[in-house]
Amino acid sequence: MLNSNTTLMVVDAPHVARKCRPGQFIILRVDADGERIPLTIADYDRDTGEVTIIFQAAGASTQALGELPEGGMVHDFVGPLGRPSELEGLKKVAVVGGGLGCAIAYPQAKALHDMGAEVDLIAGFRNKDIIILEEEMRAASTSLHLVTDDGSNGRKALVTQVLKELIDAGNQYDAVIAIGPMIMMKFVCETTRPYGIKTIVSMNATMVDGTGMCGCCRLTVGGETKFACVDGPDFDGHLVDFDESMRRSAMYKAQEKAAMEKHECNLHKMEVK
Amino acid sequence: MANMRADKVAMPEQAPDVRNKNFEEVALGYTPEMAMEEASRCLNCKNRPCIQGCPVAVQIPDFIALVAEGKFAEAADKIKETSALPAVCGRVCPQESQCEKYCVRGIKGEPVGIGRLERFAADWAREHAEKKEIKIEKNGHKCAIVGAGPAGLTCAGDLARMGYDVTVFEVLHTAGGVLMYGIPEFRLPKAIVQSEIDTLKDMGVEFVLNFVVGRSETIDDLFADGYEAVFVGSGAGLPTFMRVPGENYNGVYSANEYLTRVNLMKAYKDGAATPIMHANKVAVVGGGNVAMDAARCAKRMGAEEVYIVYRRGEAELPARLEEIHHAKEEGVIFKFLTAPVEVLGDPDTYLVKGMVCQQMELGEPDASGRRRPVPIEGSEFTLDLDAIIVAIGTSPNPLIRSTTPGLETNRRGCIVADDATGITSKDGVFAGGDAVTGAATVILAMGAGKRAAAAMDEYIRNKKEA
Repeated sequence: MLNSNTTLMVVDAPHVARKCRPGQFIILRVDADGERIPLTIADYDRDTGEVTIIFQAAGASTQALGELPEGGMVHDFVGPLGRPSELEGLKKVAVVGGGLGCAIAYPQAKALHDMGAEVDLIAGFRNKDIIILEEEMRAASTSLHLVTDDGSNGRKALVTQVLKELIDAGNQYDAVIAIGPMIMMKFVCETTRPYGIKTIVSMNATMVDGTGMCGCCRLTVGGETKFACVDGPDFDGHLVDFDESMRRSAMYKAQEKAAMEKHECNLHKMEVK
Repeated sequence: MANMRADKVAMPEQAPDVRNKNFEEVALGYTPEMAMEEASRCLNCKNRPCIQGCPVAVQIPDFIALVAEGKFAEAADKIKETSALPAVCGRVCPQESQCEKYCVRGIKGEPVGIGRLERFAADWAREHAEKKEIKIEKNGHKCAIVGAGPAGLTCAGDLARMGYDVTVFEVLHTAGGVLMYGIPEFRLPKAIVQSEIDTLKDMGVEFVLNFVVGRSETIDDLFADGYEAVFVGSGAGLPTFMRVPGENYNGVYSANEYLTRVNLMKAYKDGAATPIMHANKVAVVGGGNVAMDAARCAKRMGAEEVYIVYRRGEAELPARLEEIHHAKEEGVIFKFLTAPVEVLGDPDTYLVKGMVCQQMELGEPDASGRRRPVPIEGSEFTLDLDAIIVAIGTSPNPLIRSTTPGLETNRRGCIVADDATGITSKDGVFAGGDAVTGAATVILAMGAGKRAAAAMDEYIRNKKEA
């Protein structure tokens, strides 16, 4: 159980676990008529062949995924897709996670931490009830800065405030990695832009196939059209047209809302084997 | 004496204003009587000119003679000697530019309906003939196929028949490639594609779905796993966009996205999990088979006005004649000599509102031999639209080339492979279909898969002897 609407799922997927790296994603379908759901890989274990995903019940499909019993099966599970994050050579990094984005920020922080880099991890949540992976994040960072919108746990602050303070305090970052809602990533980029710090964002665009075939996930980066699934999901945040991406990702909101039945959120951590 | 009627026996079809509201197959197929009558039009020419037009060399006069005699199962077996997907080819091949183009009967009147007869024989055998156990003597050698589209399926079928252990790796959750995600149900029912794939499974071909060659395992990893030769038939999946302003407004789809949502993800069915926009006024940009498929799907999804916007003239349309004819019958409006200039969108909702287009005229022939369209100054006009589907082509996916050292590709991203054998710059790796040629037809991909299978067999035999 991570919080009231966020589920962590461990999936037995040796083909994915064998070679996946932080920043890559998988696509799954819950059943034979299911939608293809892209989810970034949160953790993996090459020895056991397990891949961890973390998701929120945001629509009918993720809700159905959350309702799978422990030991249940997903119909399809394909990956790793997308390009791995380029973390080599980074010595000092600020990793910024927002909400569910922390599930993706965490493996990046962990990989950097394991490589011996200094990692300042800034994790923002709406309130204390939806904080996920606090202990894991603490273990994977040099310092963890936990903030909430309402101050119910950690500081009452925005991640961008903390980031700016850290930069102004003289921290020289090789890069800032921001993963979370697009609006947060946009403002992280605006925060770092005046300092000229390289800022990498993970673009969780709407996708169908996730293999470069449909172009649904296209976004504008430095004036060029790119596909999040094969050119990303990581991009130089200072070049991304966030306003366009935010509007594109809202396209099916109404239909998704209509498809999602009212229901009580399930709280569980499960093993799908 | 052959039946000398000048025209083909007509194909029964759903009426245009009925079928443009459903996804059931448009052409209903011949009855046995119709098929025997059409087959009796074949002159059984000694020099068999039709076969030279078939990329997989179906023994056309032989199977047609069997149909004429009412030996339908035998006719289907004759086709299957050289073609892995007869029910598919009978439906989607551009026969007018292949086998039927060379038919002597076409000189005076219509050629023999070879495609229709192929379809009839394959359908009859599937529905009536007893499933024969396919006896294959295994030779103990392993081949891998990357991509379960027409090229890969054909290559797999031929290798399996020769006795190889064949594994087909497919990244999507369904085998079939474009036959499943691209070509719509009303033109090629998915149950028929599945049945052809099941035939391959019966022959011992193993399918591994949801597997990303290039990421889960590279081609070099496949060799390390004991595969002795690898065929790459990964297709040309990457959609090309128009590069005009406003192209990223919501409601601008690539044809791949639109067709994948409709066909593969079944968004046309009520209650489908995958969403799609139900647009009222749709323009499809492009003039190929994919454009016709997208336009006819849009009509069936409830659009009142559907346009084909094509920058050249009607004579230059690359689509099959039958698709153009069907699209027109179903009420698709053709805007020839028209090119998109800009997509207009609503700044608040970010939804498509329309498209500024420009009239064109045909100038001198270009590199493709077709007359180049040239814009007419001051001819701009606006179409009111709420969706635009871009069907102007695709290019090969970069995944294989970026993860396979030693595999040469050209500047268009296509794998460089010998046309006669599929041999690439990398030892043991063969390639064919759209991954090599760029977007082309199902049957050309099948031909390439077939030639590569023969070359792979030879490669493995030579290695054995060495």
